Amino acid sequence: MNRQRIAQEVFVPHRIVMVAVALGLVLWAALAMRWDWIPRYFDLAVQGIWRTLWLLALSCLIGFALAVPLGLAQAAGPRVLAAPARAFCTVIRGTPLLLQLWLIYFGVGSLFPQFPWIRESELWPYLRQAWPYALLALSLSFAGYEGEVMRGAFKSVAGGQLEAARSMGMGRFAIFRRIWFPQALQRALPTLGGETVLQLKATPLVATITVIEIYAVSSRVRQDTFIIYEPLLLLAVIYMVIAGLLALGFKLLEQRFNRGMLG
Amino acid sequence: MLDWLYALWPGLETSVGLLSLQPPGWGGNLLRGAWASLQIAIGAFALGLLIGTAGALGKLHGGPVTRDLLAVYTVVVRAVPELILILILYYAGTDLLNQALRALGQRPVEISGVVAGIAVLGIVQGAYATEVLRGAIQSVPRGQHEAARAYGMGPVQIFRRVTIPAMLPLALPGLSNLWLIATKDTALLAIVGFSELTLETRQAAGSTRAHFTFFLAAGALYLVMTLLSGRIFGWIEARYRRGQAAQ
Repeated sequence: MNRQRIAQEVFVPHRIVMVAVALGLVLWAALAMRWDWIPRYFDLAVQGIWRTLWLLALSCLIGFALAVPLGLAQAAGPRVLAAPARAFCTVIRGTPLLLQLWLIYFGVGSLFPQFPWIRESELWPYLRQAWPYALLALSLSFAGYEGEVMRGAFKSVAGGQLEAARSMGMGRFAIFRRIWFPQALQRALPTLGGETVLQLKATPLVATITVIEIYAVSSRVRQDTFIIYEPLLLLAVIYMVIAGLLALGFKLLEQRFNRGMLG
Repeated sequence: MLDWLYALWPGLETSVGLLSLQPPGWGGNLLRGAWASLQIAIGAFALGLLIGTAGALGKLHGGPVTRDLLAVYTVVVRAVPELILILILYYAGTDLLNQALRALGQRPVEISGVVAGIAVLGIVQGAYATEVLRGAIQSVPRGQHEAARAYGMGPVQIFRRVTIPAMLPLALPGLSNLWLIATKDTALLAIVGFSELTLETRQAAGSTRAHFTFFLAAGALYLVMTLLSGRIFGWIEARYRRGQAAQ
């Protein structure tokens, strides 16, 4: 049934022509453009993709873990907690990520060597590298945007449900874990999927602070070989594949979460 | 006048000195950078609106080929990082323009950063604006459109006098979001070496080693821009929602 519908949608005359044109372009790109640099940089590119992926995954996880309290504080917290949470989200969302990244790397990073006790600590080998700063900046940025999303999601859960849970004798934590959070998450999930793709698109910025992820690898190919378009085009394709996989993953996740819900 | 404050906060006096508008200070450079950022953001947003309107109309009323091509445009732009699109469009744009000029027997030109920035960010904004405007136009009830046609209005007049006023309140939150993205995306032009606010800030910070002073000052400038424009958009939205039933 489903396969039939897909077949009906693809095998329309104009689509066949467009697919043929697209295939022709790909074939032309494969034959006429220069791809001989790929074997030399293959290992580096795989490492780069791996680094992009774990930066994305870790920063989204840390950022989301921060976003839940940020959203909760804004949706239901007392003013002493709500006001700083709101200020944090406003500042993060109101300034470019590149600026935040450079502030953290060049600013905060340049403070550490002044203190001997930091240089002697166990953390120093990590603090000398660039990736902790990249991860910190990406996580804070994700937290800022998602804090706002979670605020709306927490607010959208009907108050009557929380009251009902309370009258059943559930404790605060149980209400949060079993009623409030799951429903807020279900409502936020479509937005979170889109925001994760946006986060993926933010990761190449970390190349500016010397983290060698996939974008930095392509810049290096450009500098070494003076080939401009080919690495950039391949890079665009790689990002599109990752973005497509992310969108697919979130779609499956949404289906799972929507089981037993009314349409 | 500020001596008591300087006594309390020893670093402040140097910071104020570094940020002063006269040459030993870098405040003038920062403001010039902010002005360049603002120009590019406004230009890119306007270009994005133009592309977005055309794209939305094409997606809603265009033929099958137009619709498919627009779908490819919006999907590609929304899946590929802005930075990479900027690089591709920047290199390809200058390349194509110079090839065209050479074919016409003209000498190649150096494209100005402002124009290139506006063009590139405008194309990126256009993809998002297409989706925002398409959604807003779609949610205008069909009956209004049909009623206008029954009154004998032409398609242009219907678009100008019925569709736009009816869809604007729905589109404005999305558009205001796009404007914020435009202001922040101008920072990406720092990577292709265009002197907007972020690059000016980095140069000032690099040559004085006062990273915190300059990055925080630039952050404040960006915040002023985004908060102020948030106010303005809120005001426009309130104006366009007048006479609408509360939701």
